[in-house]
Amino acid sequence: MQLTLEFGGGLELLCESKKIHKVNVETQKGVEKLTMKDLLTWVRTNLIKERPEMFMKGDTVRPGVLVLVNDCDWELSGQLNTTLEEKDVVVFISTLHGG
Amino acid sequence: MESNGGDASQILRQIETLKATRSDIDRRISALEAQLREINPSHGNDAVLNGSCPPISGFDSGFGHGLSPDNIYRYSRHLLLPSFGVQGQSNLLKSSILVVGAGGLGSPALLYLAACGVGRLGIVDHDVVEVNNMHRQIIHTEEYIGQPKVKSAAAACRSINSTIKIVEHQEALRTSNALEILSQYDIVVDATDNAPSRYMISDCCVVLGKPLVSGAALGLEGQLTVYNYNGGPCYRCLFPTPPPSTACQRCADSGVLGVVPGVIGCLQALEAIKIASAVGEPLSGRMLLFDALSARIRIVKIRGRSLQCEACGESATFTRQQFQEFDYEKFTETPLSPSPLKLNLLQADSRISTKEFKEKIVKGEVHILVDVRPEHHFKIVSLPGSLNIPFRSLEARLPEISSALEEEGNKTKSGSGAQLYVLCRRGNDSQRAVQYLHKMGFTSAKDIIGGLEGWARDVDPNLPMY
Ligand SMILES: [Zn+2]
Repeated sequence: MQLTLEFGGGLELLCESKKIHKVNVETQKGVEKLTMKDLLTWVRTNLIKERPEMFMKGDTVRPGVLVLVNDCDWELSGQLNTTLEEKDVVVFISTLHGG
Repeated sequence: MESNGGDASQILRQIETLKATRSDIDRRISALEAQLREINPSHGNDAVLNGSCPPISGFDSGFGHGLSPDNIYRYSRHLLLPSFGVQGQSNLLKSSILVVGAGGLGSPALLYLAACGVGRLGIVDHDVVEVNNMHRQIIHTEEYIGQPKVKSAAAACRSINSTIKIVEHQEALRTSNALEILSQYDIVVDATDNAPSRYMISDCCVVLGKPLVSGAALGLEGQLTVYNYNGGPCYRCLFPTPPPSTACQRCADSGVLGVVPGVIGCLQALEAIKIASAVGEPLSGRMLLFDALSARIRIVKIRGRSLQCEACGESATFTRQQFQEFDYEKFTETPLSPSPLKLNLLQADSRISTKEFKEKIVKGEVHILVDVRPEHHFKIVSLPGSLNIPFRSLEARLPEISSALEEEGNKTKSGSGAQLYVLCRRGNDSQRAVQYLHKMGFTSAKDIIGGLEGWARDVDPNLPMY
């Protein structure tokens, strides 16, 4: 499944300072759908190069990280259970506090 | 030459005297205003209070909209906007807006809010103007370096628009004073720079039922949204659990391109103006994400008010008293007025002061100095002969330290080996590094107390600081 993953607000530092990742995530055999839960596991294994605790806590993202699926808060689409489709854009962004 | 010098010092003395007189007059005006408010609270919002300034409201020029001839002229370009017009401007003139923080976000926000004719504009800040913040805190001028930001910002706002009321709150916002200060305004602009302030301001706005225009910026990115507006979410709806304190970077550590908070601060002024004038569609339930480097702005849909929210949810009973007793510093594990961290991880014999280290150099002690700051810090300024191995890559680059120690060690006559010293910016990462080096067998590694800042303070004042 072709997806565009974007990291911002400092999270890009965890994946070699690269903000936009065009990726191809294989779904398991016989299963066609991919959920956000699957994607998080995939991101953690394949993209996060350092300090994984700055990205995840338990099986979800750490507090202070917003997840947007096609420019929409994942809270509105079922969080970890959100199903992804071909060409979806998923943004992970850390909330900023500076000024 | 001498007489010129004499003239200059005389002028400087006169300036000082005049400045002292001015601040004395400011104090007396504030005191009288407070007195008047107590006698007649309904006058609290009235610009009649603004000293010698002409009245801005309560003046009817006979056209049924309450704008004075001066106001018609000053705000004519607003009045010419069909979608803003007399009604929008008149709403604006009757409104009051509080800006918390006169820094990178607050600077442009305040300038625009003063210029556009907000009836009463409040400024909260406890800090002083510093030259290393002036690249982004554009409301302040060099003559105010070392003086309270509130004074400086208020003076700038007054010089742009003397017809509105500017209120100075020269204090840190705390749970003890927040309710009292915020309750005097219709709209709050969060232009602060730390997590506990953001939770505190949002909660206070929920308790008081005030809309909150929230902006943030760091590095080359900015974020903007409006909380607690018209049934929309509050800050806690979005972030019920605070992030780990290690995830909260500060501009003083991570850097920020000046214009980035400038852009966000301008947008904060815009959102506040829209709410105050009741024109347009405020950015509630949506968030603007600004990426300066790639020149992209994305506006995303965020969740609505959460029924489970501890501040604004269905069963939430967040009262004024609970607010006042809430410990925001403990909740976020971050101090409200962030001061540089001062770790103390090591035994005294594993540390050395900058002065002692200087003596070692003078005596010609054979040593290796490892600077564990990030590479881009090292490029700004470094001590001669130091070896840059950033803390992050220490593990992978231990062999470099081993071989450098060996090479230098050969120079010692007794074969006692070279000493190993570790330096960073303020003396925190160097302690972490020494702790790690001890664990990895470099048992003689010593931390230089206070880092490069300590060196600049106690040994070499000519070393540039950042
Ligand atoms: Zn809420």
